[in-house]
Order: sequence, then C-alpha cells, then structure tokens
Amino acid sequence: MNVTERNYKYNRYVDSKKPLTKNFPTLIYAYVVGGFICMIGQGILDLLLYLYPTMSVDTASGWMLIILIILASFLTGIGVYDRIGVFAGAGSIVPITGFSNSITSPAMEFKKEGIIFGMCVKMFSVAGPVIVNGLGISVIVGIIYLFI
Amino acid sequence: MLLLYLKVFLVGGFICFLGQILIIKTNMTSARILVLFVCIGAVMEAFGLYDPIVNWASAGALVPITGFGRSLAKGAIEAVKEKGLLGVLTGGLSATAGGIVAAVIFAYLFSLIFSSKTKKY
Repeated sequence: MNVTERNYKYNRYVDSKKPLTKNFPTLIYAYVVGGFICMIGQGILDLLLYLYPTMSVDTASGWMLIILIILASFLTGIGVYDRIGVFAGAGSIVPITGFSNSITSPAMEFKKEGIIFGMCVKMFSVAGPVIVNGLGISVIVGIIYLFI
Repeated sequence: MLLLYLKVFLVGGFICFLGQILIIKTNMTSARILVLFVCIGAVMEAFGLYDPIVNWASAGALVPITGFGRSLAKGAIEAVKEKGLLGVLTGGLSATAGGIVAAVIFAYLFSLIFSSKTKKY
C-alpha cells in the first residue's frame, strides 16, 4: 500500500469517526444561549447604573464585563459552564464568558501536572492566541491612526 | 426598556449564531473562532462601524468577544491621539487590562479551589 492511498484511507476512517455537529438545533441553541448571556450582561449594566448613578457608561460596562468574567470562571469551576457548552456550542464560546472559560478550564485540567508548568502554562493555550492577535491588530490600528 | 433587552438578545444572539455557522461549516476550533472574532471587532472599530452597533444594542455588542476586539482598537486609537507613538504600544492592552487580569487571576484562584471533574457526557 503506497503512502497516498494509506493517507486517503486513514483520512476517510477519521472522517467517519468524527462526531458530527447536528446542524439545525445547535444554531437555535447558540442563538438563544448567546442572546441570553448578553441579556444578563445588560441586566448587570442597568443594575450598576441604577446603584451608582454617577458612574460613566464606559466604567459601568467595564465592570459589567469583569463581573461576567468572574461569574463564568466560577461556573467553570463548579462544572456548570461546560455542561452549557455541550449543547450551546458557539453560544457559550463567543461571549466574553467563553474567553474566561477558555482560561479557567485548561488551568483546572492541568493542575495535576504542577502549578508552574501545568496550570500557569496551559492557562494561555486558548487565551494566548487571542491576546497576541488582538494586540497585533491594535498596534496596526494605532499605527494607521498615527498617520491619519 | 423591554425593547432594549430585545435588541440586546437579537444582536448578541446573532453574533453567536454566526460563530455556530462557522463551527458547522468549517469545523473551526474555539481558539480560531475567538481569534477571528476579536480581529473582526477590532477592524470594524477601526473603520468606525462598531460604535453604531454598540449605541443601538448596548450589551448585545459589548458582551460578545468582538466587543473585546473593539476595546483593543478603541484603546489604541484614543491613546494615539493623547500620547502619539507611545500610545501605539500602550493603548490596546491598557484598555483591556481589567478583563484580562480578572480572567487570569480568577482562573488561578478557582482552579486552586476546584478540581476538574471527569466528563461523563
């Protein structure tokens, strides 16, 4: 059996074993869960503006994101967030809570490999690329605005 | 009031819906989706297209990760106007520092307290 034939057969075998994402229902779940998380965020924002009327909207929205991040981190800790993620797909990944989940989840997973080389390294396995690329874009945007 | 929450739901849900379409069509991993959406948010903010969405749907555009990209770009733009060349380097991270530090510190704290459970599903 030559290499190309073997690779072809192997890839076909892998494709047949891959878990298929069911198309239609997951789209609805993603929409509903994602929208619901954003509504919770709006609720926190309105509550903050109601409790502290002097606070500016920018500060309040910063606090709102931080509160959502802490909540998601806690829910990941007690194992609830991953359960939401199973049926919500992108609905739990795309909101900022998914960013927090992507830091906490591998940190917990790799705790048994040690604090420094397990937890602290794996913490950034998803957040690292996001921060690196985000900062790259922000520097490019900054340079463009410097010359405008 | 109720209308605002409906807008938040529609816009926030729609952004997640786009992410789910990407997952189904291209089998992208969550890291790639997050990177892509942060970049889209930052580019849209740079062209001034993201602020109108924020004004219209408030948290519906702030909570999805595109809002994170937006604050990276917005921070860079504002810092450039204030500090010039130094702002190019300091702007992005200082605007998002609160979120990143909170995520890292609480991830550290909660993973010291809780251990991961065996997945049963």
